[in-house]
Formats: sequence, structure tokens, C-alpha cells
Amino acid sequence: MLRLFKKIIKTGIVTEKCKVPKDDELEELGIQIKNHIDKRFSGSIAIRQVDAGSCNGCELEIQALNNPYYDIERFGIHFVASPRHADVLLVTGPVSRHMQAALLRTYEATPNPKWVVAAGDCAACGGEFGVSYASCGAVSNVIPVDMVIAGCPPTPLALMKGLLGLINP
Amino acid sequence: MSSSNWTAELLNQLDSAAITVEQISLPSTTLWQIESNHWKRYAELAIQQNVRWVAGWAEQADHRFFINACFEKQGIYILLRTIVNVVKPELPSQAPVYPAANRSERHTQDMFGINFLEHPDNRRWTRHKAWDKHHYPLRKDFPVQGEPEDITPPDMDYPFVKAYGAGVYEIPVGPVHAGIIEPGHFRFQAVGELILNLEERLGYVHKGIEKIAEGRTPASLARLAGRISGDTTVGHCWAACKAMEQAAGIEVPRRAALIRGILAERERVANHLGDMGAICNDVAFVFAQMQFTRLRELWLRTNEKVFGHRLLMDRIVPGGVVCEVSEASCTLIKQDIIHLRKEMSEIMPAIDLNTSLEDRLYRAGYLSPEIAAAFGTLGYVGRASGQNQDVRRDAPYAPYDQVNFKVALEDQGDIASRFWVRYKEINAALKLIEQFIEQLAATGNLTEKQMLQAEWRTPPAGSESLGIVEGWRGEITAYIRFDADNKIARFYPRDPSIVNWPVLEKLTLNNIVPDFPVCNKSLNGSYSGNDL
Ligand code: SF4
Repeated sequence: MLRLFKKIIKTGIVTEKCKVPKDDELEELGIQIKNHIDKRFSGSIAIRQVDAGSCNGCELEIQALNNPYYDIERFGIHFVASPRHADVLLVTGPVSRHMQAALLRTYEATPNPKWVVAAGDCAACGGEFGVSYASCGAVSNVIPVDMVIAGCPPTPLALMKGLLGLINP
Repeated sequence: MSSSNWTAELLNQLDSAAITVEQISLPSTTLWQIESNHWKRYAELAIQQNVRWVAGWAEQADHRFFINACFEKQGIYILLRTIVNVVKPELPSQAPVYPAANRSERHTQDMFGINFLEHPDNRRWTRHKAWDKHHYPLRKDFPVQGEPEDITPPDMDYPFVKAYGAGVYEIPVGPVHAGIIEPGHFRFQAVGELILNLEERLGYVHKGIEKIAEGRTPASLARLAGRISGDTTVGHCWAACKAMEQAAGIEVPRRAALIRGILAERERVANHLGDMGAICNDVAFVFAQMQFTRLRELWLRTNEKVFGHRLLMDRIVPGGVVCEVSEASCTLIKQDIIHLRKEMSEIMPAIDLNTSLEDRLYRAGYLSPEIAAAFGTLGYVGRASGQNQDVRRDAPYAPYDQVNFKVALEDQGDIASRFWVRYKEINAALKLIEQFIEQLAATGNLTEKQMLQAEWRTPPAGSESLGIVEGWRGEITAYIRFDADNKIARFYPRDPSIVNWPVLEKLTLNNIVPDFPVCNKSLNGSYSGNDL
């Protein structure tokens, strides 16, 4: 137990400062916002992440948002287990046809008002997979999208800035 | 027994069983062609020799289907092939002999409409509702766009195994899971907290990778291969490029091979760090999760600095690599390794002496060596259950042909074993990276372009090859056939997850439902790599 506490103290706090991004910075990061979140919500959002057909690369970088360097929860942004608790759906991947119904149902289960963020090139435009017998392509082909974060995969920093940009109009 | 003996022995036995084998030599592999009615008999003879089933796939050539299966023992790979007619495509199943062939044959059945006779479970597998029963996406007459409905209906009527009896209940989980992970469906039958049966239903992230690979150029195929499973981008890209290079008769420059080795070992370390944290997190030991995700982040930042991509996507290209590793970068990588070792030496004792972790990880999720062997279980999952198999050692390819390393092995078969094997593999990977860096210094002074990429040569139409590498999850095999004009005719990647997923159904039995997440994490199969 002592070793454990010693390591915690030795590691200290590694969380890095992150400023709320300006619009031109977002643009530089390849982030397009179509709708800001209403003022009433600013300060805290609950996100339900949905992998609708991704290669898992995007998930790895979204998971990284919870590591001590980014610690996205300090901004009141947290990931929830059910769409019924969510304000935002963070969707990755081209939407595979086998996930289309599940994505639609998740969207329906999310209470209004809700926002959809399409993260990654696949979610933004279909990426390497495009539209085919097995893939619906971009998320916007299936549900309305409010924000797009480009990148293959988008870096945690781009994801974090994008999500912050969403809650701070 | 010397290593070539088993093929001679098996050929003898096939001969006594009146099975004619036509032997054809391919670049890097031997192809054995047999009559389709002997397909199962071959498997029966092969398993007597403890030959491992590696992969299975099919291919259409005009009015015929080529049906392939790959087998391995002692680092020697044999590609077995038979040919059936499109009009009535059927042959005896190998699944009653090799359980690992089960889902693979179901995939072939769904994608080609090839009927495997006496298959123990011929329910559909990859097909949900995106195409109908009498359409087969990998046949040549099936258009890439298919004829999808506006909204593909959910796969509601899949015939799951049922359990009956007092107190037995069912828990359906997924496809959308509670965490930030990939989609798939798990169906549990439980009594109280105890899992009586688990059935996996995958295929949700089927993206038609095999179909959209057709007609690509080598460079574009490499990009697609790098997106089969995002955590294995180096592994898959390497396997695909290796197959293409062998088909084209191209040798990768030594320097590029060394850089590929560094990339692959860095991918291994990054994933193991992530998994070790996640395994601890699933039993609520957050200290380890925070420490390991921190180390993983630092590791990925060096990837970004040195190679220009955190996950190392698109660094490997046909013929070599795109990224040079300068002397300054070598120094940075070496410092990083020293730093990581020091951190691990502080974290691991704190974890090792923790009784609550011991309580949850020891003896949980037990996979016996017998079951692991029967399913041909790969990578750290196999090696934690005594399966002493590693392509880097058994069928060494550049740059692993000129280094020393030890394959990590455990035999307890529980979650703790799979945790500690990962730790040992990190240590082995760090030593490998150090050796590769040392050798980088000695790779001549050609021009940079020559050192990093061999010039591409268009392979003859019809040439084929099998690229086999050890990814971080285990052996990856990629089959490639070229058409005319440098175009891909067929690509089949076999992720280790395809072989490993079925053993999750075994190792969760008699565990409690709340331990399922950690059992699952300890195996960490790729959904995307499985569903293609
Ligand atoms: S954007 Fe890139 S990382 Fe994300 S799912 Fe698509 S291919 Fe994978």
C-alpha cells in the first residue's frame, strides 16, 4: 500500500492546461460546428459514445480523453452508459448497415434537446470505407449531425477542443 | 523430429488414404491442392499430427470457387486448396475436426454461398439483414453497392441457443455497449450470478473490407489494411504489404525492415499498456488504470514526434516505410525506454502486492491449455495458456531474423496470466527495439529513398501470396491475389481475433456475470478485425 501512495505522490498532477478554443482555432483543427449547445447546458454535458462501425482507432483516442493528461471530466464533460442519460451522442465510424438500426434507436432513446458529434473521417464522410452494400458511409446519412471533428483518428486534443467548443458558444 | 518431417509424414499418410496432392510452390508458401471430397479427411489426418488450423477463405475464379485453408506446425505453413463448381458449390466441412474452422466456414457460406456439408452449426454468421439469404457479396456478380434497403432492419430473429429450467434467465448485452468500445452482442444464460452459457453474436461492424479491397492499387490496399483494426494498424498493414511484396518479388531494404520492426514493437507496447490498465480498471483498481494510461499517452506522444502519427497509421507502404528514424529520434526512443522501465519498476511491485487485485484476477477466466490448443488460440491469450507459438521466432522474417528474444510464456491460463504475459511481452519488445536501433546505425549509406522503399514492380496477373506476421494480438495472415495491371483481385486478412473470440465463450463459463467485463478485456478481441 505504501508503494502505491508513494507512486501517486511522486507522479503528482500531470493534467495539462487547455484553453477554451476560438472559432478559427477550431477550423484549423478541422472542426465544424453547426449548432452550439444552448447556454442552459454549458458547464456540463453527458456523452454517450456510439461506435457505429469504426476500426476502433477513433475509440482509442476518445478513451485517451480520460487519461490524466487530458482529464476531460474537469470541464464537466463525462461519458455515460446509457443514451437516456446523454445530451450528446459522439458517433464514430462509417455507419455499417448492421449498426444502422442500433444507431437510430440510440438516437431515439436520447432525450431532447440532443446533439450529435461525428468524430473521425469515417464518421465525417465515410473515410476509407465509403458507401457500399455493407456501409451507409457518413453519420449524417443516418442521423442529423451538429458537429464534425475530422482526423483519422482525430487527436485527443482535437476531440477535447471540439467538445469544449460545443459547450461554450 | 526435424521440422520438415511433418509435411513428409502427412503426405505419406494422405497417399495411403488415396488422396492425391498436387504440390505447387508459391512465393514463400507451399500450396497443396486436393479433391474437394477429401477436404474433411485431410483435416482428420492433419490433426493427428497436431497441425494447427490457421485460416480459411474462398475466392471466385469464373465458374469455380477456390476454397483455401492454411495450416501450420513448427513454423511451416501449408496452403491447402480445393476447387468446386459455382453451380453446386459444396464440400465436407472441416469444422467437426477443427473447431477454429467453424465461424470461418460460416463466413464463407454467407459471403459466397458455399455449402459446408455436416457443419456442426450452419447458422448464418456475418450476414445480418444488409443483404438477403440468396445473395452473396463476394461473388463477382454482386455489385459493391448491393441493393440495400433505406433502413437495414435489426437482426432480431437470430436463433440463439436457449437454456431452460428453474431459475435460469437470459441477459442480452449490446450491440451498443456501456463503455467506449466496439459493438457486438453477448447473450448470457445465467443462474443467480453464475454464467451457464455465453454466446457471441458479432458481425455488427462488417464494412465489406474484402469486397472494397478488390480493384485497389497496392498503395490503396495498404491504407485499407491499416484500418482493419485501428489498434493493429501496423500489424495488418505489414502483413498485407508482405504478401504484396512477395507476390511482386520485391525485397524490402534492411533499413525499412528495421523501422517496421520498431513500429510493430511500439504498437505492441502501446496496446499492452492500455490493456493492463483496462484490466485493472475492470476490477475497480483505478490507480493502475491512471498510471498505465499515463504511460501509454507518453508513448503515443513519442510516436507522434518520431513517426508523425500517434497510432502509426500509414507508416508502412508497399516496398518499405515512409518515415526515416534520425539519430536524434533514436536517442529519444532509447531515453523513452529507460524511462518506461523505471516507471514500470515502481508500478509493478505496487500492483503485485495488492491483495484485492489478486483476489479478482487469479483463477478467474480460466482457459485450459487443452482448449487453447484445440482452438489454435493465438498471441498472449494462447501464450498465457501454454501455447508456445510466435511467428517472429517460428517463421522469422526480417528484421526478426537477426535478433535475440524470448517468447513470454505462462501456463496458469487465468486473467492474471494474461496480465503478466503482457508485462513480459513489453519487456521483450523494449529489448527488441533497442536491438533494431543498434542495427539501424549499420545499414549503409544509400540515398534515403533507396534505404526506405524498394521500387515497386507490377506483379504478373494471377500471382498470389500469403503474408504472415506476429501482430500484437498474435499471428496475422493476409492473403493477396493480383489481377492484371497491378490491381488487387482478392484480399483476405485473418486477424488473430477471429481465432481467439470463440475461446471467450469457454473461459467465461462458471464465472460470475460481474466478472465478464474483465474476462473480455483480458482477451481483448477486435470486433472490427473479426467482422471485416
Ligand atoms: S476515422 Fe480512421 S481511426 Fe477513425 S474509424 Fe475511420 S479509419 Fe478508424
